[in-house]
Parts: sequence; structure tokens; C-alpha cells
Amino acid sequence: MTTDTIAGSEIQLDDEGFLVDPTQWNEDIAVELARREGIEPLTDRHWQVIRFMRSEYEEKGTGPTVRVLGKTSGVPIKELYQLFPKGPAKLAAKIAGIPKPRGCI
Amino acid sequence: MGERIEKVSIIISKGSLEGVYPGLIMANGARAEGMDANLFFTFFGLDAIHKQRLEHIKVAAVGNPGMHMASLIGVLPGMSAIATHVMEKKMEQNDIPGIPEFMEMIADTGCGLYACKASVDLFGFAKDDFIDQVQEIITVGEFYEKAAGGEIIFT
Repeated sequence: MTTDTIAGSEIQLDDEGFLVDPTQWNEDIAVELARREGIEPLTDRHWQVIRFMRSEYEEKGTGPTVRVLGKTSGVPIKELYQLFPKGPAKLAAKIAGIPKPRGCI
Repeated sequence: MGERIEKVSIIISKGSLEGVYPGLIMANGARAEGMDANLFFTFFGLDAIHKQRLEHIKVAAVGNPGMHMASLIGVLPGMSAIATHVMEKKMEQNDIPGIPEFMEMIADTGCGLYACKASVDLFGFAKDDFIDQVQEIITVGEFYEKAAGGEIIFT
């Protein structure tokens, strides 16, 4: 675990760079985390996925897998991989400040 | 973190349900982790991409110790279909997609799907026999070119 200054706030990150405390998250942090992953700028479609990740996490306590994202976020799987080339569920979860989804499918 | 795997090429050589799924899950999972992935279907594994056959992939009811029943029961007509039905129901409950949906999804992730030329020739198949997601029929040499720089997994 490390502590890092992100968008002016002291944020705790785990070994893979995910927020330890999802309540520390805000949109400025999302922009900065995305930039670190090479995603810049965040488009409306990115935000649609990021907000969906947050609401799923708040509702269910875990982030959705790529399959669930493709079926329910309103962004199809092909586009998800264009928006987040290094793995949509994982990257969008990281940027949304929620824990890494653990589903296999 | 330690060294990362950046690319995997997975060979599916078996045409049973339990022979096809592990490779599909590994390929899909590789893409979800941001790795490059290729799927290469050879021998009976070709059934998994065959338009008329991919919906009828079955669990092996005979010669499969994992079934935990005598092979003598497994030879009864319909046993394989029953075992497959039970397995598919369990998969549905666990949110695992059926093979046709899984293939579409894997192709959408950007994973490459290829058929083995030697097997295609052996069984007398043509490109038209396969689902549209199959990009190419390739030789073993071309497979190695595509797999270069990554891990190869045989299933």
C-alpha cells in the first residue's frame, strides 16, 4: 500500500494502484488516474462507463465484469475495449476508484 | 509487481464442453487483463467454431472420471445430452455464457480467432463452415508467427 498525492489529495493506493478507500474518490482523481493509464481526455462515453461502475459498486459492493458491463452499461464490448484498451472492467474500476472486479468471465 | 505476461496464444484441440471452455475463459480473461490473445482451433476443437456444431458441444459421458459414474452408465443413449444439460444449467446460474455468445464476446474483445489449416483440410471443411468471427485459416507456421513473443497454451 502506498500513499500518493492525486489531484491535490492524499490518496491511499493498493499494490496495483486501486483506491483503498472508494469514498476518497472524486472526478478530478478520475481524470488524473486515467491520465496515468494513458487515457486522455476522458470522453462522455468513458464517463458513462465510470459512473456505471460507481453505481454498480454502491449497489452491489463489487464492480461488474466486462460481460456485465457490455450487457448493462449501454456501451458494447467492442467499444469498451476501444475506450479502455488495457482491460475495460479492470481499468474503469481503477479510474472509478472502486476495487478490482474479481469475476473470471 | 513481478513480470507481466503480455500475450497468450491458446490452442483448443478438443471438441467436448470441458475441452472447449477452459481455453475460452483463459482467452477472454487475458483480454480483460489487457493482454493480447489469440485462439487457435485445431482437430476436434474446430467444432467450437463450426456454424452447425458449436451449439451442440457436449460433455463427455464416457471415459471421463470427472463424471463420477460408471462408464457403463455413460454409454446409455442420451447420457451425454443429460450431463450437458445439467452442466449448461449450472453455467447459466453462474453467469457463464453459452458457446455461441462466448465466441461473439471473445471476438469483440479483440482476441484473434483462427482455424488450423491441416485440420480444416483433414475434415474437408471450408472457411464458410465457420462462424464469421473466425478471421483466417492458418498453417502451424503462421500460428507460430502470430504467437511470437508470447506464451503458448495447449488445451
